[in-house]
Amino acid sequence: MDLFEYQGKQYFARFGIPVSPGDVADDVDTAVAVADRVGYPVVVKAQVQVGGRGKAGGIKLADDADAVRTHAGNILGMDIRGHVVRRLWIEHASDIEQEYYASFTLDRSAKKHLGMLSAQGGVEIETVAETSPEAIARIHVDPAEGLTENACREWVQRAQLDPRATDGAVDILLKLYRCYTEGDCDLTEINPLILTPSGEVHALDAKVTLDDNARFRHEDWEEFEGLTVRDPREELAHEKGLQYVGLDGTVGIIANGAGLAMSTCDVVNQVGGQPANFLDIGGGASAQVMANALEVINSDEKVKAIFINIFGGITRGEEVANGIVQALGQVDLRAPIVIRLDGTNAEEGRAILQPHLSDRLRSKPTMLEAAREAVALAGGAQ
Amino acid sequence: MAVFVDETTRVLVQGLTGSQGKFHGLRNKAYGTQVVAGVTPGKGGQDVEGVPVYDSVAEAVAATGANASFVAVPPRAAPDAILQAAEAGIPFVVCITEGIPAQDEARVFNVLRRDFPGTRLLGPNCPGIISPGRCNIGITPGEIALEGGPVGIVSRSGTLTYQALYELKQKGIGVTTCVGIGGDPVPGTSFIDCLSAFEADPETRAVIMFGEIGGSAEEEAAEFIAKEMSKPVVAYVAGVTAPPGKKMGHAGAIISGSKGTAQAKMDALRAAGVKVGLNPTEAGDLMAEVVKSL
Repeated sequence: MDLFEYQGKQYFARFGIPVSPGDVADDVDTAVAVADRVGYPVVVKAQVQVGGRGKAGGIKLADDADAVRTHAGNILGMDIRGHVVRRLWIEHASDIEQEYYASFTLDRSAKKHLGMLSAQGGVEIETVAETSPEAIARIHVDPAEGLTENACREWVQRAQLDPRATDGAVDILLKLYRCYTEGDCDLTEINPLILTPSGEVHALDAKVTLDDNARFRHEDWEEFEGLTVRDPREELAHEKGLQYVGLDGTVGIIANGAGLAMSTCDVVNQVGGQPANFLDIGGGASAQVMANALEVINSDEKVKAIFINIFGGITRGEEVANGIVQALGQVDLRAPIVIRLDGTNAEEGRAILQPHLSDRLRSKPTMLEAAREAVALAGGAQ
Repeated sequence: MAVFVDETTRVLVQGLTGSQGKFHGLRNKAYGTQVVAGVTPGKGGQDVEGVPVYDSVAEAVAATGANASFVAVPPRAAPDAILQAAEAGIPFVVCITEGIPAQDEARVFNVLRRDFPGTRLLGPNCPGIISPGRCNIGITPGEIALEGGPVGIVSRSGTLTYQALYELKQKGIGVTTCVGIGGDPVPGTSFIDCLSAFEADPETRAVIMFGEIGGSAEEEAAEFIAKEMSKPVVAYVAGVTAPPGKKMGHAGAIISGSKGTAQAKMDALRAAGVKVGLNPTEAGDLMAEVVKSL
């Protein structure tokens, strides 16, 4: 789960990472009230999960209440690369002497945590990595050992920050590592991490991705829910507990297993069609799960054909077939279905489907043939 | 021969008294696997359809000589279960659990590497391993695998693993061992570990490898294949149509920025001399040609 900046800052604050005083506002009056409270000048920041907010006019400095009123009014409702601004973060503006970059994430290749620190902050780290890779100081942290203060200090020294920033940076990075590990994050990033003229170091931005698998031990994450703007199809799928990713095509996909679902999207693409979604119903899916999956697919008006791709493993073919037949009785479908049923007891499954076959429900023996049929039904190869 | 597990493997199931452990553990036993014990803390002395249950892995090992563990417990209990197996000296641990937090997974991997180098972890979030006709640990339906070789299979995805087994069986091609390494970001056993084992196994004469988007395990495997492998390799990589930044079902199947795309992985594999199919069936056809020419 990706957090908004203000949520990230709230999460940082729980681990003692210094952030600017501020609060959220969903309307202009609240924005002014927050600004009055935290003290001018303030920064009015659009809360959207997309890069390039500043360039789009979503971040403005305001010296007084009138300016806050103007900027908040302009930014609320603004469309930033497809993301409509519904919430603002208002914080006391900081004096910035220098801007740094700091992050922790997992290096899958090394199988260790990777810390990155750079004296060149405030810009995209990918750009720094390309133009001057030597400007990024990296540290691999063994998850079984953790980050020691000595290692952290040595790392900060390698990054060649202003010497006045050293102690503050070491302190924040140790806290950021705790936030990343104990806070179960996939990513924690501060860009920029700033040094003020008075020599203080603090986080001016917060990018946090929480690991959904760790939800069971973080009851406090509930407050972060419900604000992420999802594709309405993904919203419905999420409610029904399905693994779904919305795509832009016309062939709805249902498969059992993440790998097979990805592969099904690929095969549709390979024969000239466009998948409308990725949907994994998992192993041992019941009739109800199949009905839920069909309901989600059916909510997508772009879908012209549905491709159900099942490989019977633990799930037996006849159970899947019964599920589909039952589901057909529960959901009134807008698009015809092509089924490929293979693997364990596939023949029994196909026999169950046989009496129900029609122009609206077709069966094909292989993945490739079924994909071709579904693409043809969706209007042919593009 | 087979890799990692064979007819001499004696398996204990951690979580045998739970629904997953019981269902799959007993299926493995019915397949012919030597399932010798179950472990559930607090339930020692019971049995599950004749398989004795112990309170700890150490007790189960002492009593039965188990040398492999099948971990089928929920995510919050799995990290400790894996480490308990390692502490008891189990050399091969298969963990099918999906949904273990990445922080736990990374910690367990590194604790094993530091303190228990003699223990190999397969998974988590994997379908398991089958040496057809000899041993099946995990959730692979044994009946779709043809025994005898000459092909070794390694795959990140479960259902695609089954697909690979099935495609080969349809063509009358046998399998020495089929290893599902799992779809998580930090798998205990990598493609390279498996490729290296297959290279050393005299009975395996060709390898089929199914990868997917996310991370760089396929690229690393390609480098290994180019440098170290004499046996032919056929591959397929799922996720050509996956959009960046979205987890495609598996926790590890995510394109980060422009990294981890299927195209980059296929390019790397091709450059290493690997024959790459554009879908699982095509990969199966390519492997049939390879087997003919062996």
